[in-house]
Amino acid sequence: MMPIGHYLFLSLALFVIGAIGVITRRNVIIVLMSIELILNAVNINLVAFSRYFGDVAGQVFALFIIADAAAEAAVGLGIIIAFFRNRETVLADEMDLLKW
Amino acid sequence: MNFPGYFLSHLWLIPLFPLASATAMFFFGRRLQKDAVNLFCVGSVFLSFLHATGAVFKLLTLPANQPRVYQQILFQWVTPGAMPTSTGLVNFAADWGYLLDPLSCVMIIVVTFVGFLIHVYSIGYMAHEGGYYRFFGYLNLFMFSMLTLVLANNLLLLFVGWEGVGLCSYLLIGFYLLKKSAADAGRKAFIVNRIGDAGFLLGLLLVAATFGTVRFTSQGLADPAAFSGILQTLASMISQHQFAYGAPVFTAIALLLFAGAAGKSAQIPLYVWLPDAMEGPTPVSALIHAATMVTAGVYMVARMSAIYQIAPVAMDVVAIIGATTAIFAATMAIVQTDIKKVLAYSTISQLGYMFLALGVGAFAAGIFHLMTHAFFQALLFLGAGSVMHSLSGQQDIRKMGGLRYAIPATSVPFIIATLAITGVPGLSGFFSKNEILGHAFNRHLMVDRYLALWAVGLVTAGLTSFYMFRLLFETFYGMSRVPVEAEGHIHESPKTMTVPLMILAFFSIVSGWLALPVLWGEESPFERFLEPSLRGVETDTGAITFGHYTLPVEYALMAASVAFVALGFWLAYKLYLENPKLHTKLAASWPRLHNFLMHKYYVDEIYDALFVNRIKDLSTALVFFDARVIDGIGVDGAGWLARVFSRLSMWWDKWVVDALVNTLGWFPKFLSMPVRMFQTGVFSTYAVFILIGLAILLGVYGHHVQMFVLTLH
Repeated sequence: MMPIGHYLFLSLALFVIGAIGVITRRNVIIVLMSIELILNAVNINLVAFSRYFGDVAGQVFALFIIADAAAEAAVGLGIIIAFFRNRETVLADEMDLLKW
Repeated sequence: MNFPGYFLSHLWLIPLFPLASATAMFFFGRRLQKDAVNLFCVGSVFLSFLHATGAVFKLLTLPANQPRVYQQILFQWVTPGAMPTSTGLVNFAADWGYLLDPLSCVMIIVVTFVGFLIHVYSIGYMAHEGGYYRFFGYLNLFMFSMLTLVLANNLLLLFVGWEGVGLCSYLLIGFYLLKKSAADAGRKAFIVNRIGDAGFLLGLLLVAATFGTVRFTSQGLADPAAFSGILQTLASMISQHQFAYGAPVFTAIALLLFAGAAGKSAQIPLYVWLPDAMEGPTPVSALIHAATMVTAGVYMVARMSAIYQIAPVAMDVVAIIGATTAIFAATMAIVQTDIKKVLAYSTISQLGYMFLALGVGAFAAGIFHLMTHAFFQALLFLGAGSVMHSLSGQQDIRKMGGLRYAIPATSVPFIIATLAITGVPGLSGFFSKNEILGHAFNRHLMVDRYLALWAVGLVTAGLTSFYMFRLLFETFYGMSRVPVEAEGHIHESPKTMTVPLMILAFFSIVSGWLALPVLWGEESPFERFLEPSLRGVETDTGAITFGHYTLPVEYALMAASVAFVALGFWLAYKLYLENPKLHTKLAASWPRLHNFLMHKYYVDEIYDALFVNRIKDLSTALVFFDARVIDGIGVDGAGWLARVFSRLSMWWDKWVVDALVNTLGWFPKFLSMPVRMFQTGVFSTYAVFILIGLAILLGVYGHHVQMFVLTLH
């Protein structure tokens, strides 16, 4: 059996890749994909700990997060399409309407 | 004894019928079929006629000892108020009431009967015209106003009817409202009448201020003592020697009222509107400008006869104006070539006769001529309308001729009317005109100067005969001068038009017979009937006096007038029928005189130069004043000032008030600068902030995580 540190490291790596993607990428679709990476990092973490502690609740949480991620992706893509129709752009630095 | 009975107690219905129907036309007329319009408008006048006949019949059948007068007060119209008068402070009031006495009997019968026939005639005449319901609505409104005028029991209500008929006259003259000449003629009629009405109004106020009442009489009321009338007040004033015969105030009242009468009845100097009024449809000319409305002035003077009788100066003015108008209009009629214009001038001339009668004190004779004139003059106009109808609108008598056999149903009544107006023995005009001439002559027996009036009347009779027979010959006799293209279309008018002609022709003959006993030296029954209305008041200092002449003199007077009529006929025959070229030759040999007459003595031009253009000059000056002074200095100046002040206050607002507000707003803006910098609106930045926050959290609580991780294997 692999030690839990490997899982945590993979999770950490995924999280860092996702975070860097969210911060640096301009295309909102890529940002959305990066968020999925972060969510998956969390999933790996939850499953790893679930196995480690022999408690199945973590896996159930993971399943919920997968469902949530699907819903979030659908809503996110819908927002992006609506936004594109109005502003003809999907670039994050041109989306500055949250100001004031 | 059943008094007052249905018809008298429902006197108010007589004017109400046409008013109701006029109102209906106003609201629904546009949506009604022609048949429905006929039913309403002609039916309402017929109902009025029936009620008028019933009321008059009731009055006629009263026992001899009961006065033939009935008065009905519907409601108090002008509520009582104190008014200073010649006799001190008086409680002045005026009611809306109707008075039926012999004088108004004659008038309502003439108005409703002739009015009804003309309504029937209009069905045929207006059949192909636009605005059918509008025409009949106006006609009905006119009937209401005219009946209000003749039935009014006080001068103020009479004035309401007076103005009402003036309005309807204006509306109907301008009936073809898209035609400029018609619209102008309507305006001219209205404005010229206003001049007379100003006099009427002043006279009315002077009556109120002198007598403290405008009610004609208190006779015929259930309780006469409780009401005062002009007649009763006048009688008591005379008997108490407050005013005497010929007092200036009576002359003033009489002359002011006569100014109104001269306007409405087209007398010199205000006659100029009537010839132009021929722009209206022909039934209108017949009803309003021949038979009824223009006689309102005559009626009004007769109604106020009590005052005229004690104002000898005013009487002379009335007589002179009447006689002058009669002969003046007759000379203008002899050269006119428009069939309706000839008749218009003949109407003016006949109205002049009526005023001549009133002016010499023969009020009943004036009213008698009014009645016969209503029949034959209406007939002449309707006949002319029928001729025009047959010739598709032709009005120029030079383009007529020989119509005698083409349209017999029109020509026979027209010939009868011509004989009646010229005064051919046996027909109505003969009786009424001779009555007037006889009274003028009679008056001369007492006062010499009246001989001239009689002579003028006699010459006018000759002129009347000349221009009427000229019209008759030009239209119905001789060679046809109808243009070839119109000749084929000549057609007799429909029955609705010719039947009223025949009925009017019948009355043009027989209506004069009411004075038939004059022929054997008795008093005219018509005058005896009217006498109670025209009696006036007793005066001990003076009165109108008539001479007496014997029956042979009466016959001699008649013979003289018949001789003049025959002379006129003979001249017309020579000039227009026997040798039609003669009259053009005659006109050519006196070009200046002919031109002078053709231009109607240049009266319109003189009025234009003296009054119309001067008023235009005045308005031009006023326009200049308005544009330069009122608009320029007043309005524009005020605008300029407002602009200057608004500039100033704008500057103040911008640089002081707003500056203060902006300064206040600037503080929070400045202070919030560091905080605002975080809100970029770009979510990546927020993500960075979140990560920084995470890093800080890890920095603070990181060792706990480290501890936890280290416990894992």
